[in-house]
Amino acid sequence: MSNYLYILWIPLLPLLSFVILGLFGRKYLSKISGIMGTASLFIATLVSFIAANQYFFVDGKVNGMYQKIIAFKYTWLEFSPNLSIDLGFIIDPISVMMLVVVSSVSLMVHVFSLGYMKGEERFATYYSFLSLFTFSMLGLVLSANIFQVYMFWELVGVSSFLLISYYFDRPSAVTAAKKAFIVTRFADLGFLIGILILGYYGGTLDIGLLIERLTATQSTPFISITSASFLGASMLTWGLTLIFIGGAGKSAMFPLHIWLPDAMEGPTPVSALIHAATMVVAGVYLVARLFPIFSMDEAALTIVTYVGVFSALFAAIIACTQTDIKRVLAYSTMSQIGYMMFALGVSKNGGENGLGYMASMFHLFTHAFFKSLLFLGAGSVIHMVHSNDMRDMGGLRKLMPITHISFLIACLAIAGIPPFAGFFSKEEILMAAFRANKIIYGVALFTAALTAFYMFRLYFSIFWNKETPIHFNNTDTNNLDLNVHSHGEGPWVMKLPLLILATCAVGVGFIPFSNFVSSDGLALEAHTDLVFSIAPVALTIIAILIAANFYKKQNAKSDKIAASLSGLYTAAYKKFYIDEVYIFITKKIIFPYIGQPIAWADKNIIDGFMLLLAKVTSNISVSIKGLQSGKVQNYALYFFGGVLALSVLFIYIWK
Amino acid sequence: MNLSLLILVPLITALVILFAKGLKQIRVIGLVGAVTQLSLATWLLKLYMGERASGNNDTHLFESNYTWFTTLHINYHIGIDGISLAMILLTAVIVVAGILVSWTMDKLSKEYFFLLVLLSMGAYGFFISLDLFTLFFFLEVAVIPKFLLIGIWGSGNKTNSAMKLALMLMAGSALVFVGLMGIYYSTNTFDLVQITHMGISVGVQKFFFPFAFVGFGIFAALFPFHTWVPDGHASAPTAASMFLAGISMKLGGYGCLRIAALMPEAANSYGWIIITLATIAIIYGAFATMMQTDLKYINAYSSISHCGFVILGIGMMNKTAVNGAVIQMVSHGLMTALFFAAIGMIYSRTHTRLVAQLGGLLKVMPFISTVFVIAGLCSLGLPGFSGFVAEMTVFMGSWQNPSGAYRLATILSGASIVVTAVYILRATGKTIMGPISNEHALLADATWNEKLAAGLLITGILIIGLAPFLINQLIMPSTNILMSPITKAITLK
Repeated sequence: MSNYLYILWIPLLPLLSFVILGLFGRKYLSKISGIMGTASLFIATLVSFIAANQYFFVDGKVNGMYQKIIAFKYTWLEFSPNLSIDLGFIIDPISVMMLVVVSSVSLMVHVFSLGYMKGEERFATYYSFLSLFTFSMLGLVLSANIFQVYMFWELVGVSSFLLISYYFDRPSAVTAAKKAFIVTRFADLGFLIGILILGYYGGTLDIGLLIERLTATQSTPFISITSASFLGASMLTWGLTLIFIGGAGKSAMFPLHIWLPDAMEGPTPVSALIHAATMVVAGVYLVARLFPIFSMDEAALTIVTYVGVFSALFAAIIACTQTDIKRVLAYSTMSQIGYMMFALGVSKNGGENGLGYMASMFHLFTHAFFKSLLFLGAGSVIHMVHSNDMRDMGGLRKLMPITHISFLIACLAIAGIPPFAGFFSKEEILMAAFRANKIIYGVALFTAALTAFYMFRLYFSIFWNKETPIHFNNTDTNNLDLNVHSHGEGPWVMKLPLLILATCAVGVGFIPFSNFVSSDGLALEAHTDLVFSIAPVALTIIAILIAANFYKKQNAKSDKIAASLSGLYTAAYKKFYIDEVYIFITKKIIFPYIGQPIAWADKNIIDGFMLLLAKVTSNISVSIKGLQSGKVQNYALYFFGGVLALSVLFIYIWK
Repeated sequence: MNLSLLILVPLITALVILFAKGLKQIRVIGLVGAVTQLSLATWLLKLYMGERASGNNDTHLFESNYTWFTTLHINYHIGIDGISLAMILLTAVIVVAGILVSWTMDKLSKEYFFLLVLLSMGAYGFFISLDLFTLFFFLEVAVIPKFLLIGIWGSGNKTNSAMKLALMLMAGSALVFVGLMGIYYSTNTFDLVQITHMGISVGVQKFFFPFAFVGFGIFAALFPFHTWVPDGHASAPTAASMFLAGISMKLGGYGCLRIAALMPEAANSYGWIIITLATIAIIYGAFATMMQTDLKYINAYSSISHCGFVILGIGMMNKTAVNGAVIQMVSHGLMTALFFAAIGMIYSRTHTRLVAQLGGLLKVMPFISTVFVIAGLCSLGLPGFSGFVAEMTVFMGSWQNPSGAYRLATILSGASIVVTAVYILRATGKTIMGPISNEHALLADATWNEKLAAGLLITGILIIGLAPFLINQLIMPSTNILMSPITKAITLK
């Protein structure tokens, strides 16, 4: 087995750049911090590609099967002889695939930000946070220990917090950042307890060993975890479901999705990186990482399936009604992750039955490229228009040709039009769903059509529709209006990533993905069934045509439809009131009925009791201080009284 | 190394301070004394690890034993194990930081620094004592200065807070005293090592354990005897708050651990009560914190919640959980001291501690704000900081107990990490982030002494958080020695 120790550099380089930029960036390196961060990540990306090349094409395969390799292991925190957090790096198909995805998308975002964030006061801080995030995400995908996953999981969460609240003097950004952190924290509690359960029965926290022990049906750990039950479900189901809750929190699955749309308060390149391509798929990755264990438990997989498919549909419906372009993209992300989730849910482990697993990872891979492209494109548009609202946009195709073409490619990719990347991965998912469950297939098909509709609604509203000149929302540039048109699409650093990602969105679908990634490490037969593809593609094209009819030219058709669906439309526009439910629970129940009474009781009952004790003590001392009168006669009286009492005691009782 | 040096250095420092003139001399003497002590403690760590590495497996190292009162079998018996050394290091770090943040204390500065140093001397003596009476003696030495520090240099309703704190801690001491007397009359000695060897009869344990444990528990903010914590911390001057939370509360936790190890059968059979109280403290403290509006109260209430983890770990009575409790003591000491330091820095500039009146401080004081955020992130258990290591070790340890009720306690305590996130982010979001008010727009950032103090505490937090195997090397062998016979005794029953 060859040496993979050099992959340590992949997370270490961003970490170094975080530390250096974090400590010295603001004062000394303000100008070059962007270049430094980008350069270090560029090297890390190169190393990732070298590692991927070595693993997939040189020595990862032994006897036709991709091996799991532990590149590095160090006992970081020992709890007891068996249970410890080991910092270890695992090399297997999905971790290498994720390395490539995370580092290359992050690199694109770093480059794009050189232009997008130029002139920001906290430019160095921005890059140091970006590096922190990249470090944490790379650490997460390489983790070989489930507690290590949890650690990087939390670090990813906090870097997301820091980046969403980048514009910290905007209350809305701070609120969104808090919301994102707290909602995912709540989910992480599930993850933590899940870890405790699996660790307790498995007797280890090492993922490889855990999988080995909990998939051997004859082993003691497996028998004890499946025979112990609580509330009618086995501890295996509990453990896995709780871990899935953690994953659902990060991956914005219903009903823990409420933070994702608000997270769009962060700078747009951040949304492209964290809230589209990398962090939000961590939940999918987690389930995939533990998939052999999940495949042992039908109940847990069923939960994964239904949460996934419901989230896909639910988010797609909401996306059709939103007008903030970043929010549309956020809901579309949620919907696509729903796809990945239910693909895992309908999958089995090993062989041809593992199609769903492969499809899910494939979609994760292609989605990262076209979704980050969409966000960066949206960033370009926002940079130009200074507004997030699609009603402020229109006719931009002439002003921003490169953005327009790349955005169109991304839309075709996400809609699943051949030969763009999304087509291949989505076909596989639909195929897996079709084989497993016809109802899920139906919902997935309908969602695919909705996806095409809302994406092209977005596309036509931005780049076609009304040919009005852009009106600028920022009032402080009234004398710059003339220049704005000439600044065009922004500098080349903003165009280059769009072009590269657009190329990926066209090209990555042709990668024979099933040869490299599958549930058991063996190559899977690729099968693009032309007949099977007719229905989804036809539906998608119809949806695009409807969108074109509604939004290509300014007209009132869409408003009429909205009006005819009034109730449903309003509900979807209000995101089905889920936010309101949460606000009700926190503001109307937890604060007044738990927090307030406790704070009150502490002041009045518990402290009151202590004060009462003090008061009683002092009252008693006041009332008995008369005994110490200082008068000799009184003392003589007590003395003789005492002698008398003692004599009585002695004479009558003692005998 | 003679451990008495650890008491001698503060004693000499305190005496020299009495003869010094003016704030400038006093603070330099205080700092020199504190730094000497810190170097001494670091050197001791090096010696200690060297001894352990060379295969010395004695429970206590660097022991010395002198007769103090022959008739009462009271000895001045001192020695350290990994647990007490960790506490000594913690104390030394906090004393240096505390003196640095008091750099401009010009009100009765001689008395102020004298009392701070005296308090630290009590703590050092407490941690090295292997004789219960000496232990108690030093505990008392550490209590009195607190009363004066709050009563004289405090703010707000300081007389009331000082009285409440002193009375409750005195009550705690009285209970501890009753417990120690019980032990003494059944074993006829105060010597910890001898008592451990002899064991205490179960009957005596059952009767006297609650006294001693609750007594120390009051120091460690055991629910429902925690009410001195919020008022005491809020009224105290910055350095005193740091000492209170960083050192005094640790005296309690350390005492509880020693008592539980001395009377394991009782600790085990009262375990469910301890764990219930600890769980209540954790959850209740967290929710109470959420409703506070004053930064110092926020930190004080969160201390109640965090110290609950210490008690929880001790109550679980297994190696991992106890190990977690010790790490949590160190971690919480550093983190709370850092938090109070940051709050003190903010208060001395803005003259308010009310969250509602603050905002956007990141703009004008990036350093102080970063310190505040780091303390907050440590508090909410972010990996990379000490809080994560400590809390996760406690959870891991608690979960090893298969009883359903203990599992529930672990889950409920685990839920506090969500509430903690809520209150920390609320406080951070309102004070550090958001728009800044005009009257605060021109304030200055931290001075060199404040930066040094914060830097020192952050270094401690990061060492534990990034390389927990280091602190484990120090603590784990000792918790193993301490818990091995106990775990055996409990499982045999």
